[in-house]
Amino acid sequence: MRIMIGKIGEWFDHRLQLAAPIREVAEHPVPRSTASWFYVFGSAALTVFILQLVTGILLALIYVPSAGQAWSSLQALNHQVALGWFIRAMHGWGSNFMVAIVLIHMVQVFLFGAHKFPRELTWVIGVFLLLMTLGMAFTGQVLRFDQDAYWGLGIGASISSRVPIIGPFVVKLMLGGPIIAGATLSRFFALHVFVIPGLLIGFVSLHLLMVLKLGINEWPMPGRVVKRATYEREYQALTKQNGAPFVPYAIWKDLFFAAFIILAIAACAFYFGPFGPTGQPDPTIIQTAPKPDYFFLWLYALLSLLPPSMETPFLLIGPAVAILALIFLPFLSGEGEKSWKRRPIAVLTVMLISITLGTFTRLAQFAPWSPQMNAWSGDPVPDRFVHGTTALERQGALVFQVKQCRNCHSLGETGGKRGPSLDAVAVRLTQDQLIRQVIQGGGNMPAYGKNLSPAETTALVAFLETLHPPGQVPARDASRDLALGESSQKSPGTQQ
Amino acid sequence: MSTKPAIEPNTGPVIVPRNDASVSRRGFFMKLGILFNGFAAMVLAVPVVGFLLSSVTRGRANGYLSWVPLGKVSDFPEGETRLATFQNPYVMPTDGKTVDTACWVRHVAGEKFQVFAINCAHLGCPVRWFQQSGLFMCPCHGGAYYRDGSRASGPPERGLFEYPYKVENGLVTIQAGELPTPGAAIASLTGEKPPCAS
Ligand code: FES
Repeated sequence: MRIMIGKIGEWFDHRLQLAAPIREVAEHPVPRSTASWFYVFGSAALTVFILQLVTGILLALIYVPSAGQAWSSLQALNHQVALGWFIRAMHGWGSNFMVAIVLIHMVQVFLFGAHKFPRELTWVIGVFLLLMTLGMAFTGQVLRFDQDAYWGLGIGASISSRVPIIGPFVVKLMLGGPIIAGATLSRFFALHVFVIPGLLIGFVSLHLLMVLKLGINEWPMPGRVVKRATYEREYQALTKQNGAPFVPYAIWKDLFFAAFIILAIAACAFYFGPFGPTGQPDPTIIQTAPKPDYFFLWLYALLSLLPPSMETPFLLIGPAVAILALIFLPFLSGEGEKSWKRRPIAVLTVMLISITLGTFTRLAQFAPWSPQMNAWSGDPVPDRFVHGTTALERQGALVFQVKQCRNCHSLGETGGKRGPSLDAVAVRLTQDQLIRQVIQGGGNMPAYGKNLSPAETTALVAFLETLHPPGQVPARDASRDLALGESSQKSPGTQQ
Repeated sequence: MSTKPAIEPNTGPVIVPRNDASVSRRGFFMKLGILFNGFAAMVLAVPVVGFLLSSVTRGRANGYLSWVPLGKVSDFPEGETRLATFQNPYVMPTDGKTVDTACWVRHVAGEKFQVFAINCAHLGCPVRWFQQSGLFMCPCHGGAYYRDGSRASGPPERGLFEYPYKVENGLVTIQAGELPTPGAAIASLTGEKPPCAS
């Protein structure tokens, strides 16, 4: 049997002549230090990419890229087609894992100084691979053609429209017409299924080729400095004289990690299930609060928190600056120390960026800046706030609910977080300040002057004045005390 | 598998130029061939680019922007703001539900209306009208607008987008067909910003 297989192998290799070059690639010597668990993320990213190709093709067997039918074909995948839900879940979780692994790979490469001479181009191509991965994540989110996808496209269009002069054309090019419709989905399908994956395959091949030609980055040693003149000779010495064959010396860790990642994705897919689709992409259903997928949440937070005047410059210039900085990085620091132990600024930069992105992402999960559209009708005023109050103050509590103040202001932990919590507002603002704030607005608050009758305002402010913790005295206007006497303002004990 | 290949790998035919004249002649033909292909590429590029840009070049004049009725004047009680829906004038067979669009119609008085786009002037999320507080609120980043569409608070830099409207034969009609975005044509078409709140 073995002889037979050997014969067949020989027959093929006589014609293909691939065995020798493949063996040479597999057994090329690598520095012994690279057989490390830190060096497995590149191959893991490739593994997940292949997994995405496979599950993507499987989904394409059922999915219909038409604005009229995409949503129902996803429903069919979830509920009608056997294990369709699992393949969808694998693809969705695979996407999250891929972005995460690519980011980890990038951080590892950066901290290990692998972007330095002579691997600058490998890094630059890696930057493109990151951008394409994010592009796949965004276009994939659009293909899950639900409410979030629809309004997400609107957000994309609104951002693009702000490009000076050509903005409106960019929008139409992106949407494939003047509105978000069938042509929009079709072109995102083409991008997600043909254009970007094609580019990805090409760039991944180049990336790998360069890793082979230039060798895997050796484990950085503090004090071993990269110099253009000598580096390649030193690396040769490291690999040729003291290296070990990649297969099997280093690859076994890659293999283990790849299998682990695939199982982890499968476990997530099995346990958490597929993402969406949420509601139908029907623009007349406006009861929706669209949110982007996980890896774009930080952007959602940023868009909510930037001052309006800074937003457009930030949106248009920020990404360009970030991409250029990444591309030029290896040319600006192509030599010198590789070890993170001697590169404090590099370490701090990574920490700063990850903490910033992490904080924004976390914030976006709560979205405190969004009004809670149903708080006014859904969250009653907690009992303790109306206990023992006067008729006027209760009337005020009613005004407070009916005028939707609650959508932005919380009372006793429930309600919106857009504005400050009002649990203790009477301690912060005097009666006059309350009236002015309600009528004229200010800060982030709209003016309610036109929407409140004088009676409603009086009642509302009377209610707000009761909002202070039991032991604390409400804010008082000292000048009024002087002019009109103490009795002109309420004190905690003397509620009429 | 055996360690030695059965035959020496084929290194390809060795080209020995016979004489310089024939090489330069072939070289000339090769250049001509490249030039010819360049010409073919250009011929092909015209329709390809034209096709790719068709969504941009199909101008407003070609009818994607047109007047669509929203309903009878009597459907919109005076002094109130109601949700209306209409179908986008330009429809493709694969559009599905996406051609249905919503907008807010405010009947100010008599024949005076304001028709607001559903899309927030910040980044296009669907704004919701709250009758009691007289505000439009946006679910995305917390933008708010007054009843006349002017900006009240939050990230939007301007008031809500307004569709041009007219009242004809008792029908409220708007000029629609384009997604209103902060930089896009609808905004510049209607020109003026909504009147200020105060
Ligand atoms: S889209 Fe409305 S506030 Fe951002």
